[in-house]
Amino acid sequence: MTKTPDAEAGFCRPSEERVLEILDSYGNDPQQLIAALLDIQEASGRNYVDRRAAELASARLKVPLTQVYEILTFYSMFATEPRGRCVIELCESAPCHFQEAERVLSWFENALDVKCGETDADGVFTLSRTSCVGACDGGPAARVGDEVFVNLTRDKVARLVKSLREDDPASREGL
Amino acid sequence: MSREKRLITRGLGEARPESVSDYEKLGGFAALKKALELPPEEIIAEIKKAKLLGRGGAAYPAGNKWEHLLRIPERPKYVVCNADEGEPGTFKDKLILDKLPLRLVEGMAVAGAVFRAAGGYIYVRGEYRAIQKRFQKALGSAREANYLGRNILGSGFDFDIEIVSGAGAYVCGENSALLNSTEGRVGRPRIKPPHLAEVGLFQKPTLVNNVETFASVPLVLEMGGRAYLELGHPESGGTKLVCLSGHVKRPGVYEIPLGSLTLRELIFDSDFGDGVPGGGAFKFGHLGGQSGPIFSQEKLDAVYSYADLRKAGLSVGSGAVVVMDSSVSVLAYLKKVAAFFVHESCGKCVPCREGNRAVLKRLSDLEIPSALSRSDLEDLANIAAAMSRASFCGLGQSAATHLKTAWKAFPAEFERNLRENAAFGAGAR
Ligand SMILES: Cc1cc2nc3c(=O)[nH]c(=O)nc-3n(C[C@H](O)[C@H](O)[C@H](O)COP(=O)(O)O)c2cc1C
Ligand code: SF4
Repeated sequence: MTKTPDAEAGFCRPSEERVLEILDSYGNDPQQLIAALLDIQEASGRNYVDRRAAELASARLKVPLTQVYEILTFYSMFATEPRGRCVIELCESAPCHFQEAERVLSWFENALDVKCGETDADGVFTLSRTSCVGACDGGPAARVGDEVFVNLTRDKVARLVKSLREDDPASREGL
Repeated sequence: MSREKRLITRGLGEARPESVSDYEKLGGFAALKKALELPPEEIIAEIKKAKLLGRGGAAYPAGNKWEHLLRIPERPKYVVCNADEGEPGTFKDKLILDKLPLRLVEGMAVAGAVFRAAGGYIYVRGEYRAIQKRFQKALGSAREANYLGRNILGSGFDFDIEIVSGAGAYVCGENSALLNSTEGRVGRPRIKPPHLAEVGLFQKPTLVNNVETFASVPLVLEMGGRAYLELGHPESGGTKLVCLSGHVKRPGVYEIPLGSLTLRELIFDSDFGDGVPGGGAFKFGHLGGQSGPIFSQEKLDAVYSYADLRKAGLSVGSGAVVVMDSSVSVLAYLKKVAAFFVHESCGKCVPCREGNRAVLKRLSDLEIPSALSRSDLEDLANIAAAMSRASFCGLGQSAATHLKTAWKAFPAEFERNLRENAAFGAGAR
């Protein structure tokens, strides 16, 4: 597995066709730029918006590139550098935090062998924190893409990491 | 007998979320039919009678907001739903979006009909991407049944709703920032006035209401404004979705008539929070989100209504009730809240951008014995006052509420480590 960021390697992730397809699916509507960029980020497989993808969006939607980057840097869900295929975001807001979220973080750090804020060498996992994900009645909670996992225990963390590593959504039903 | 009152949550868990026929069986879309037939003034009169206060946090009377917009002659008009729900401890809009989407669709369509609006937008936080996709299905089935789309139920009125996604920015819940973001731009607040009813989305007259506010509108029309008012508190009708979280045995969303319960009942009674788990003791609660007030057990007998909580120096806010037990240090909690605001401040104005940092720094120092003196504490009070007074938008204006209220409730925790007190060996107090 390569450690080189894709951006430096000169790839566009996702492919140019895929970027254009996503923009088309939102009718190339500048009002839907945020939603389109979220989809592009997801389709990148590395949870970031590549420079080339941003340029394509800018050209296609006739929005200045600076405005695209303003959005990519203002909203916390975006990244402009490759992250892991799975970004595990542990809720750090008060209701979760005071339900032992720090312990959960250390379980993730041990299971993934990365520190919070880092991506592992294989580009599979990034571990980070996030503001409230709206699952306070199930704290401590973490979000991975569209999925939210609640009432995390050491055992659940281990099963979740395994399931994500194996890219097997079925194995985390009921988690 | 449960003292919950299922109005908004009627049919929850039974009706299939995106099924129009299930929703119709619960009386769904009767209010929209009314709104298509009756003059707009009559609809708004019911909402005013109901004393429906905005459920997003600011508690502005919905009837007055609607009346204001109705009087504005300029067209087109837009209807926007605030589904940003970024307040930590708040997860009730999620319940509506995910499990009761058609009630929200109907509420927005009623507004659409009242204003003969050109279109509706629902701005949903990016963290709810999966829910956005399910909500899309509910929109689809409403269109199929012609409750949205062209010539709705043969009335000659066209109206549709489009989903717009956020991508992680708490400040976008502020309604002018929300409109900037809805236009596909960066979500920083606008200067007000002009009022959004005059210069809103795309510079056009616009209504912005919270998810729960819109979802309550069909119920007001179904029951009639008076009956809705009588169900709640004389100054604020109807029910409120309360979000219980933190150190309670039964966290979750509860729908209660406004004015029917005390904070103590909400937190301790077995049909609600059922008390603190693990044998711990209640220490403090935090109402209405991070920007709301903190209270100690002295205020547990305050009644949960807008007016009663205000009298007690508290507020309903978003409906969040976060409970913390005696293991939690007040300073540690406040630091967490201050760090949230440091992270979420959009950086546009100095009192908020620098004020939140300064608050966080001083709170951290207060944890260190003899690091600060009494004059530093005065400094902290001045910073908090300046933030409330001089910040550009509601985020900065309310970002010191947690600090000010907690200080009043727990003065000893602020003073324990002061240099003056350490000299007398008061550290153990
Ligand atoms: C920083 C900030 C964040 C806010 N977040 C939300 C939110 O997530 N959801 C919401 O409905 N209102 C939020 N509000 C309140 C809105 O500005 C506005 O008052 C509300 O959407 C109006 O709808 P309502 O009258 O139906 O409550 C927020 C306000 C501020 C200042
Ligand atoms: S008060 Fe804070 S969030 Fe509001 S405009 Fe100023 S810096 Fe931005």
